[in-house]
Amino acid sequence: MKQRPVADLSGLPSFGLGPRSPTWWGTLGFMALEGMGFALAAGAYLYLATLWPNWRLSAPEPNHWPGTIVTLLLIVSLVPNHILNGYAKQCAIGPVRIGMVVMSLLGIAPLIVRWFEFPTLNIYWDTNAYGSMLWVLLGLHTTHLITDVGETIVLTVLMFTRHAYSGRRFGDVGDNAFYWDFVVLTWIPIYLLIYWMPRLG
Amino acid sequence: MSSADLTSERDLPPEREATAKGDVAPERDGPRDTGMDDASLHRWLARTWRTPPGIIGALSSVDHKVVARRYLITAFVFLCLGGLNAVAMRIQLSGPQRGLIGPDLYNQLFTMHGVTMMFLFAVPIVQATGIYLVPLMVGSRNIAFPRLNAFSYWIYVSGGLFAWVSFALSMAPDVGWFAYVPLSGPEFGPGKRADVWAQMITYTEVSSLAVAVATIVTVFKQRAPGMSLDKIPLYVWALLVTSFVVVFAMPAVMITSTFLILDRLVGTHIFNPAEGGDALLFQHLFWFFGHPEVYIIFLPATGMVSAIIPAFARRPAFGHLGLVLSLIAVGFLSFGLWVHHMFATGLPKLGASFFTASSMLIAIPNGVQIFCWLATLWDGRPVIRTPLLFVFGFFFIFVIGGLTGVMLASVPLDLQVHDTYFVVAHFHYVLIGGSVFPLLGAAYFWFPKITGRMMSERLGHWHFWLAFIGFNAAFFPMHLVGLWGMPRRVYTYPAELGWGNINLFITGGAVLFFLSFVLFTLNLVHGALKGAPAGDNPWDAGTLEWATSSPPPSYNFARIPIVTNVEPLWAEREVLPVATGLRVDVRELLISTVAEAHPDIREKSATPSIWPLFAAIAVGGTFLYSIFTPWAIVWGAAPIAITLIGWFWPKDTPEDEE
Repeated sequence: MKQRPVADLSGLPSFGLGPRSPTWWGTLGFMALEGMGFALAAGAYLYLATLWPNWRLSAPEPNHWPGTIVTLLLIVSLVPNHILNGYAKQCAIGPVRIGMVVMSLLGIAPLIVRWFEFPTLNIYWDTNAYGSMLWVLLGLHTTHLITDVGETIVLTVLMFTRHAYSGRRFGDVGDNAFYWDFVVLTWIPIYLLIYWMPRLG
Repeated sequence: MSSADLTSERDLPPEREATAKGDVAPERDGPRDTGMDDASLHRWLARTWRTPPGIIGALSSVDHKVVARRYLITAFVFLCLGGLNAVAMRIQLSGPQRGLIGPDLYNQLFTMHGVTMMFLFAVPIVQATGIYLVPLMVGSRNIAFPRLNAFSYWIYVSGGLFAWVSFALSMAPDVGWFAYVPLSGPEFGPGKRADVWAQMITYTEVSSLAVAVATIVTVFKQRAPGMSLDKIPLYVWALLVTSFVVVFAMPAVMITSTFLILDRLVGTHIFNPAEGGDALLFQHLFWFFGHPEVYIIFLPATGMVSAIIPAFARRPAFGHLGLVLSLIAVGFLSFGLWVHHMFATGLPKLGASFFTASSMLIAIPNGVQIFCWLATLWDGRPVIRTPLLFVFGFFFIFVIGGLTGVMLASVPLDLQVHDTYFVVAHFHYVLIGGSVFPLLGAAYFWFPKITGRMMSERLGHWHFWLAFIGFNAAFFPMHLVGLWGMPRRVYTYPAELGWGNINLFITGGAVLFFLSFVLFTLNLVHGALKGAPAGDNPWDAGTLEWATSSPPPSYNFARIPIVTNVEPLWAEREVLPVATGLRVDVRELLISTVAEAHPDIREKSATPSIWPLFAAIAVGGTFLYSIFTPWAIVWGAAPIAITLIGWFWPKDTPEDEE
């Protein structure tokens, strides 16, 4: 077909941050499907909990302290996460480097506490279905934590190389901060489900 | 511009300072397409967007058309394999107490038939059609996240190979395509067969989820300027809605299969009622995916019908808005139906009534679609060609399947015919009528675009009638034999029941139906080798994929088209309005805004890479190993991490750095 130029795109920028960029939407898509996975796992837990009148199946209460410490660490980490996101928007390399190091450390810290969290569930995964569901819920979130911390560390290293001076990379930092919010947000209902729902009933 | 310019330095000195703020290296500008003559433009773009030569190049391809072609061919091979499973079962059932196939092999055959058709054929082929067509229809140069798209193909192939190699080793799943516990659980499912089912699911769902995200982002962010929401082609709408259904439904089956493999492998008790679990939980989780799955297969097919009918009725689709709203309504309602697969499990009556009502409700938006299509044909001047014939076949068969669907939605009838051939007849009418017939029509319709050649109309007519007669001969009598009480999934039946003759007839129909696919294959091969040249737009259709050559060049469009109408090529018959200003020395495409499709960013698209293949091998190896030991996840983490870092680490190309 013959063509008739009617518009000029040459003045457009070569990158955009946040909802302007496709990567942001892709991240949102993965959050949606992973969030669905979390919701279904939580739903399965609640389904079993309502099915059995003696739920918790005579198991001891889990010790909530390691979980509470993880929760506090995660909530605190949101502050530097958002400060970092602000610097990524300004494409400021110095503060972004510091922020990425801080976020890597704040990712590793809850992982260390998480190691002590599993035994304080006070039940094994193969004891009964209640134990299985606790380990599944905690395991599912730990998988997210590990993968996101891994990604954060790799990106931190990348931001200290010559590849860092690119709008695309600042976009990656922004999307990584966005995903960390998701990791923190998904933890709250799971925390309540594991530690506080048994204390309600 | 001369050819010497093409061999000069890849990046020309910057013509203007980049305006980016902060610590961002200024963009190294390159040649733009503005004012460039067609021959030079083609040379530049062909060099920038080509898939590298050689075997490594082929394995590194990120061109959506190359990946889609591989998907289409692979899915077609799985269709043939699944079809051969069916033929083997039909020969066994052609007479009472035949000894061709024993119960153990028969169990594997019907399970492999189901999983192959659902997970290795139906979902991948509708997604593959979308991978090919959506970027073309929205006027873009590649799919969003092209490497993720390539990765999804390799994962899909490894899942398919895994299932079929298991079958060759007689360790294929034998628990039905939905693998209910406790049959598939640790107590009653010894060996590795149920694990093969569970992990095969994981492979294929990872793959379709990846494609769904890529499709959504392509539709949201890569539409040509002017293609606001109301001008998106109906086929693209269908794929968009389908992708959303995938995003929210597929996690359910991954959770199901993961729970199952945990129960089997590390001794959790999620589905074990003796230790506080529940077997019905499996069915809830599975069908929360399983019912939307039907619409994941069906909605893209309605999109195909909505593309074929306007092209042959010679007018735009009647009720465009109604069709779009119906698609969205079906997408939502598809999540409210799952329990109608579980009427025989003794659920509370109120719950069953709710799901009866919602099952009948979904007939309304589907009915709206059918009437819009009929109105389009009524008001148009239909040209009867093979694609339209298959659409007529779809109407006829799918409406019958829909009617038995409304029957099955009522609990008393469902209880009577549960697990009989009536249900087998119903879902084959829905799935083959609702999806395979439109797919065959779509094959005739878009084959010229993919290959540049036409398929034979004469063979096409033969193919249609053979398929139509064969299908109905094979599946209509199943309604009857089901009402007589013949259960599904039995490897034989005694002569005294009197089901022999009708089963022989069914087998005859099945053979005819199978032969229709042989004819189809001949037509495909004949068309690809000797078909008449198609030209850009053989059907004089109105959507953007027909604006470029057949087959399309690696870069799809020499310049990004500008859309003024829902059928852009009918609105601009002589000259296509286009946008200029993109760089030609790097893979640049246009990102636009979500609702209005205003041009927003010149984004770089990923270059070819071998890493998605390596990542798929690492992930696939981990899945395979994990049916033997849970430590596979630990050992597999390192290679997966390494391949992912290799994938994402910048490679000093302008696409990665700017």
